[in-house]
Amino acid sequence: MQPIKVLTANIDKPNSASVETYLESGGYAAARKALGMKPDEIIQLVKDSELRGRGGAGFPTGSKWGFVPKNAPKPTWLLCNADESEPGTFKDRVIIEKDPHLLIEGMIISAFAIGSNPMSYIYIRGEFHYGAMVLEKALEEARAKGFLGKGIFGSNFDFDITVHRGAGAYICGEETGLIESLEGHRGQPRVKPPFPAVIGVFGGPTVVQNVETLACVPFIVDKGAEWFKGFGSPKNTGPKLYCVSGNVKKPGVYEFPIGVNLKELIYEHCGGITNDRKLKAVIPGGASAPMLLPHEIDLALNFDDVMKAGSMLGSAGIIVLDESVCIVDAVWRLAKFFAHESCGQCTPCREGTNWMESILDRMERGEGRQQDADLLLDMADNIGGKSLCALGDAAIGPVISSVKKFRDEYLHHVTHKSCLPGTKRYRRLDMPVAAH
Amino acid sequence: MADLHPDNPYAKVRFPDRGKLVEFLPDAKKRFDHILTRYPTKEAALLPTLHLAQEEWGWISPEVVHYVGSLLDLSPATVFGVVSFYNMYNQKPVGKYHLQVCTNLSCMVTNAYDIYEHLCEKLGVNPGETTGDGRYTVAEVECLGSCGTAPVVQVNNDYHENMDVRKMDELLAKLK
Ligand SMILES: Cc1cc2nc3c(=O)[nH]c(=O)nc-3n(C[C@H](O)[C@H](O)[C@H](O)COP(=O)(O)O)c2cc1C
Ligand code: SF4
Ligand code: FES
Repeated sequence: MQPIKVLTANIDKPNSASVETYLESGGYAAARKALGMKPDEIIQLVKDSELRGRGGAGFPTGSKWGFVPKNAPKPTWLLCNADESEPGTFKDRVIIEKDPHLLIEGMIISAFAIGSNPMSYIYIRGEFHYGAMVLEKALEEARAKGFLGKGIFGSNFDFDITVHRGAGAYICGEETGLIESLEGHRGQPRVKPPFPAVIGVFGGPTVVQNVETLACVPFIVDKGAEWFKGFGSPKNTGPKLYCVSGNVKKPGVYEFPIGVNLKELIYEHCGGITNDRKLKAVIPGGASAPMLLPHEIDLALNFDDVMKAGSMLGSAGIIVLDESVCIVDAVWRLAKFFAHESCGQCTPCREGTNWMESILDRMERGEGRQQDADLLLDMADNIGGKSLCALGDAAIGPVISSVKKFRDEYLHHVTHKSCLPGTKRYRRLDMPVAAH
Repeated sequence: MADLHPDNPYAKVRFPDRGKLVEFLPDAKKRFDHILTRYPTKEAALLPTLHLAQEEWGWISPEVVHYVGSLLDLSPATVFGVVSFYNMYNQKPVGKYHLQVCTNLSCMVTNAYDIYEHLCEKLGVNPGETTGDGRYTVAEVECLGSCGTAPVVQVNNDYHENMDVRKMDELLAKLK
C-alpha cells in the first residue's frame, strides 16, 4: 500500500501554517459550503462517511453528533481534544503545528452541525507551548479574514475558538476528565451517564472530538461521503495517521488509507528494525494497547481487525520493541506511567497501578517471587472493569498481554534474579526515585 | 516576601520588595482580564491564570495560591488542590533551566535513561532537585508526545529532539 497525502497534504509546504498557504490549497471552501447547508444534512453526511473517532475509542462521529439534544436548556459546546498524551502518539501535533487552519475549519463545520456557539475550546496539552502559539496565530489570521467572529461567511452563525492549555495530566485526555479540567477543576473523570452529549461542560450538551477526527470533516464536506469511504474498508474508512516509534530505522508519522498492514508498515515503510535486530513485540495503539508478537503483525491496522487480534488501534501509536529489550523493564515503565497518571478517584486503579509498578520493579531487582506473574494477572483482574474510566482498563493491557506472551521471561527474572541473556534493562537500579 | 522563602535562591529577584503581597504587574493584569473574557465562569479561568502566575514568579508559592484564589473567588484549598493535581505547576522553585527528560517507553528504548542519569551525575543532583547555584533542575517526565524523534528533553518551554548524551552536553554548555 502506498502512503497518501490527504491530512498531510500541506505539511511540507513552506509556511504551511499560514492562512495564505491554506487558502491556496482550497482551504475554507468546505466551511463556506457547510454554512449554506442544514446542520442535519452535515450530520447525515458525516454518518454516511462512517468516520470513526481518531482519539482512541473509534466511536462513530456522526452518531455522537446525533445524540446532542436539539432544545437543551443550556448552550451546546464543541471541544477539541488536543491533549495527545497517550505514550507513542504524536500525530495531532503535526496537524496543530503544520496545518492549524485544517483543524480550525473542521471545528467551524462541526460546531455549526451540532449547534455549538459562540465559543469553542481547543484543549491542548500544556507541554505543547509551540503548538499553542501556532494555533493562537492561526486563530488571529482566521479572525482577521472573518472566518471566525460574528456572522461568519455571511451567515448568522457566530463562532470563535479559545486555546486552553492543560497542565500536565494524561487523564485530561479522557473526555470527562477534560471537561472537568476545562471547568477549572482537577481532571477527575465523571460517572457516566449522563454522557457528555447530554450534560457536559458548563452543564450543556458537549461533543469532545480528537484533532485528527475534526481534520477529516472538511474533506467529507468538500469531497463527499463516498470519496471518504474510498479509503479503507466498510466501517473503517478514511485517511489515517500512524505514529511509529521505538526500535525502527525510520520512526515518524505516516499517512495511509486506514488499514495499512502492520508488518509492511514496519519493514517496508519504516525500514525495519534498528541495527537489523529481530522484532520482539509491537504495541499497536499507544501504551494502553495489548502487545502483539512478531507472528501476529500480519494485520490490517483498522479498528476492527486490531480488535480481532486481541489488541486495539487506539490512537495508532505504534511502539516497536526489538529483541534486546527486557520485556519486564518495558512493562514496568508503562506501569509506572499509569501509576503516575491515575487520578486517584477509584481504589482499584489508584492502588492497583502502584502495586503493579512495585511488583514489576522488584522483579527487575531480582527480588521477585515465584507467584508474582500470577499475582500481576490477579491484580489486573481486580482493576479491569472495576474502575470508573478507561484508564484502569488501559493500565492492565500491557501487563496481561506480556505476562501471557512472555511468561518464561518473567519466570527467568525470579529464578535467575536477572534479565534474560541478550536483553537489557535501560535504567540503573541505584538511582534515587523522585516522589510521584 | 523573600524572607518567607529562605531556601529559594531566586526569591529576592522574583519578589522585589513590594510588601508582603504578590500582585500581577500591569501587563500580566491585562492578560488576566483578557483570560476572564474567554470563559463563561470565573473558575474556568483557573488553569490559564495559574500558567500566567507561573510565568511571572516561576513557581506557585503559597502566596500565589492565595492571590489567585482571591482573583477568582476560590478558596486557597481549592486552588491548591488544582495546583497539586497537575504536573506542570511547580510547587517549589525550580532552576533557571528546567531539564525535563522523557523516559517513557519510546524514549527509554532509545536510551533516554543514559541522558537522565548523566545529567543527575554531572550536575550532582538527585532527580527533581535543583543545583546549588539555582541554575538547573533535573526531572524525569512522562511522554511528551514527540516519540518519533525520541529521546526528547524539554528545557523550559522548548523541545530538544533526537537527543543523546553528547548532544545533551553540548546543549548544557549553552545554557548558562
Ligand atoms: C485515559 C484516557 C486518555 C485519553 N487521552 C486522549 C487524548 O490524549 N487525545 C484524544 O483525542 N483522546 C483521548 N482519549 C479518548 C477520549 O476520551 C475521547 O474518546 C476522544 O477524545 C473522543 O474523540 P474522537 O471520537 O474524535 O476520538 C483518552 C481516553 C482515556 C480513557
Ligand atoms: S479509573 Fe483511574 S484514572 Fe479513571 S477515574 Fe478511576 S482512578 Fe481516575
Ligand atoms: S515516549 Fe518520550 S516523547 Fe513519547
